Amino acid sequence: MEAAEITRTVDAKGLSCPMPIVRTAQTMKVVGSGALVEVLATDPGSVKDFVAWCRSTGNELIDQSSDGVVYRFVIRRK
Amino acid sequence: MTAMTATTLDRPIEQADSPTPLPVPDRPSEPEVKLKDILIINYSGDLEKVWATMILASTSAAMGVKTRVFVTFWGLQVFVRDDRRITGENWMQKMMSAMQRPGISHRKLSTMDFFGMGPWMMRKLAARYHVASPKELLEAAQEMGVEFIPCQMTMDMFGLKPEDMIDGMSEPAGAATVIGLMTEDSVPLFI
Repeated sequence: MEAAEITRTVDAKGLSCPMPIVRTAQTMKVVGSGALVEVLATDPGSVKDFVAWCRSTGNELIDQSSDGVVYRFVIRRK
Repeated sequence: MTAMTATTLDRPIEQADSPTPLPVPDRPSEPEVKLKDILIINYSGDLEKVWATMILASTSAAMGVKTRVFVTFWGLQVFVRDDRRITGENWMQKMMSAMQRPGISHRKLSTMDFFGMGPWMMRKLAARYHVASPKELLEAAQEMGVEFIPCQMTMDMFGLKPEDMIDGMSEPAGAATVIGLMTEDSVPLFI
């Protein structure tokens, strides 16, 4: 994923449930349709939560990775 | 890097491995799920239950679900402004508010309260583990369009006036509104 394509990054590192999802939802409201949003989180529960969130909201989870500490999600806005 | 990063992590960020891709689930091919609404009945004023209400309400709104919270009985006290000390018109209403301070920042635990020691420790732990407070979650929920509907009957019984309540509350309503929503398309939760 090219960094240049990312419209906005949500830094949710250190935040507990449900704030990574809440911050991401708030960010999605201010970016345009099709925008790529990168989320950085350290909450291990976010791996399942972002899958569920994308399924409910119709946003597309296009990439996710982990370096053992930080989880990174790339989501395309519906 | 902000101050909020370090403490909850098992390892500092510098010791991270190189990124490993995680499997991305296939997109469901069926048409998008039609989401129902959520209706939370916030009956309790206990700290831990109010926390649950706020976590679920803010998450539900974040998931694009139309979310309403009906606030009644002790749960209504939560939505009185934090700076109101004594509310009500007659001595009994005033005494009730004096015995149980209203406002979201003055909640007590249902068990292990120990004259405020329990809630104090809960708030310390929450801050250490970066768990958002009920008040922060309430603000996020309101920003995302969660409707908080006060119970008219409880407002009358406790002598609460609209100006006693926090900003952004919906018009007061009654039990018929709640039952109406439940029997239409709302998933009800009683907390």
